[in-house]
Amino acid sequence: MTQATADACEQITSKTEEFVRSDRMPHIWCPGCGIGTTVNCFTRAIEQCGVDLNKLAIVSGIGCTGRVAGYLNLDSFHTTHGRAIPFATGLKLSNPDLKVVLYSGDGDLIAIGGNHFIHAARRNLDITVICVNNFNYAMTGGQVAPTTPIDAIGTTAPYGVCERSFNLPFLADSCGAVYVARWTAFHVRQLTKAMVEAVNKRGFSFVEVITPCPTLYERRNRLGDGLARMEWYKENSVIKHDADTRECDIDFQGKIVCGKFVDKEDVPSLLQKRNQKTEELRVKGIACD
Amino acid sequence: MEKATAPSNHNNKPKKPRGQVSISSERCKGCGFCVAFCPTGALEMSEGYNAKGYHYPELANPEKCSGCDLCGMYCPDFAICGARVPWSEAASAVTKE
Amino acid sequence: MSAEQKGVLTGAHYLDGDHACSEGAIVAGCNFVAGYPITPSTEIVERIAWRFPATGGTFIQMEDEIASSITIQGAVWGGAKAMTVSSGPGISLMMEHIGFAAMTETPCVFVNVQRGGPSTGLPTLPAQADMMQARWGSHGDYEIIALSPNSPQECFDLVIEAFNFSEKYRSPVMFMMDESVGHMTEKVVIPTPDKIKTIPRKFTSKAPGDYKPYEVSSGLVPDMCKAGDGHRIHITGLTHDEKGYPVMNADCQEKLLTRIVGKIRDNVDDIAMYDEDEIEGADVVVISYGITSRISMKAIRAARQQGVKVGHIRLIVVWPFIENYVKKLAGKVKALVVPEINLGQVVLEVERCAAGQCKVVSVPHAGGAVHEPETITKAILEAVK
Repeated sequence: MTQATADACEQITSKTEEFVRSDRMPHIWCPGCGIGTTVNCFTRAIEQCGVDLNKLAIVSGIGCTGRVAGYLNLDSFHTTHGRAIPFATGLKLSNPDLKVVLYSGDGDLIAIGGNHFIHAARRNLDITVICVNNFNYAMTGGQVAPTTPIDAIGTTAPYGVCERSFNLPFLADSCGAVYVARWTAFHVRQLTKAMVEAVNKRGFSFVEVITPCPTLYERRNRLGDGLARMEWYKENSVIKHDADTRECDIDFQGKIVCGKFVDKEDVPSLLQKRNQKTEELRVKGIACD
Repeated sequence: MEKATAPSNHNNKPKKPRGQVSISSERCKGCGFCVAFCPTGALEMSEGYNAKGYHYPELANPEKCSGCDLCGMYCPDFAICGARVPWSEAASAVTKE
Repeated sequence: MSAEQKGVLTGAHYLDGDHACSEGAIVAGCNFVAGYPITPSTEIVERIAWRFPATGGTFIQMEDEIASSITIQGAVWGGAKAMTVSSGPGISLMMEHIGFAAMTETPCVFVNVQRGGPSTGLPTLPAQADMMQARWGSHGDYEIIALSPNSPQECFDLVIEAFNFSEKYRSPVMFMMDESVGHMTEKVVIPTPDKIKTIPRKFTSKAPGDYKPYEVSSGLVPDMCKAGDGHRIHITGLTHDEKGYPVMNADCQEKLLTRIVGKIRDNVDDIAMYDEDEIEGADVVVISYGITSRISMKAIRAARQQGVKVGHIRLIVVWPFIENYVKKLAGKVKALVVPEINLGQVVLEVERCAAGQCKVVSVPHAGGAVHEPETITKAILEAVK
């Protein structure tokens, strides 16, 4: 490379770099893991949202995706396993000026944290939930999760899963989420757009991202490395906006329905409803100013 | 290597953007996403290794880079990014190569 | 700092302990409560839900106690003063987050209106059997502050102290009521705001970029900040350095835990609260806490009438334990008598501190009722034989 090229290179700073804690790099994620890719999309999304980064808080639970909070240069909270949503509930309700984004994995959000997930959606709590779904518990070594497709293999289902897996868009939709989208790590531009829309949405917004876990899920199920999986997403994703979420199940090596499925308007969020109630009480002289 | 030429209406103001990439080879874990999904085929995996023993990407075909930053969006290790650079700089950089 | 006028119902009231606790929390500046219904603590959150609109607080009934116990911590990092309220089974579910609060040094109050256990036990009847759970319930090494009120008035007064301790030491504080105290209705006097001392949160004065959430300038307690102030903090339950970044090694663990434990252990004298009665020259001293201290008063009077020199220590703060005090006391008396509504918990701590210098007598009760005063009197009389 010539000096001139090198100089030109120096002028380029990654868009991601402004948003991550460079002093914590390199991160812990494996080669070919898709979590980092989703973080790129997220950093571009928050840039596009124009949100004040000092008023943006990120909350994670435990697991590989749980580490996202620690790598983003925002107010970040790495909480306990499954409990990122209730932590975010307190954070948002006590400080409504904050944008609160929850970034966690499928096991954390949907298994141990499943109860909190459905209730936050029911309440229409003003948060964005980004669920990185790699179909297994990766941090602990590839155990099956409620998202592992039936017949897939995990260390705790060495002969294949017998349980039906969760269809996350349907779960979120049926519990009242006002925004629901699903993309894979291959769909970086669409994913970024979905994240922008989700963060700007008032109420409970949900984005599921299917990502490769080449070290565990892909390896055990002989699905190739991260790149092979990304190519597979490219070939096997079906983009179907406004699809009926009941038809978004993911079968083992079946097609992945992607798109924006739910985008509701005019459903009052928890904070809107609460503020309205406070106003009513103020008129009656019950609430203070 | 093909010589890049400036457009005829070239003046000091940047006109037609061309791309350049920046690679932090030591952060790379060699997944190959950037090479596979570069829409113009500007990148290739290097023959070389970084300190952790991974091959990392290099801009093998600089004239093809459009600076779209799709590599930057795909890279899970925040090790590469692309940007559009003013035509004059890109041209001079490529010319001298 | 004095309490804010808003929300202080100055005057004499006829309140049960649960309601008095709610009023105390409001006076202490509590403006966020998350809870889940459970007998015998439910009246606390009911009153909070009713009163908070007038005081500007936020109440949310969560889907379970696990959620409640971390929702309050999210609220604290959002800038609130927060508490959650429960009883045995719910408190058991909260344990992981008591550890999270200890590790992340999140000031908050956990109210436990104790009932008989284990498991579902005796939902509507008293016990004091969660004292060791309060002390050691979450995994790992940490120190806790626990207070034990013995009347509705104290439910009001001491919950304010609980909030004050939580702010001063950036620590979770256990407020160990019991069913008797919670459901007992008595006169509760709420003073004028200027007579009520509240400790506000010590927020950092450092500029964003300079502040580290776990850096101490003096003492062992770091200054706080809240999300949205531009500090871009990282808070984790993992072992962390001063910046809050996870560091997985023994050195960091040693440094962090020594400080977290030390900030309580080294300040036992500052935190200690107890009542003494006729300790000087006593042959036997009763050590009691909570509702049992009231039963003990009658028992002690009866023993004194029979000529026994009996003293009484009432622990208001049970944890951290007044170790040095009990060590010295054990050298001066024939016996220490410890009545409690459990089968022997705090008595173990008394025994450890007495270290064989005197007899230590446990007066256990399995729960479901308070002691008969005669049982305690009998134990006192036998102890001095």
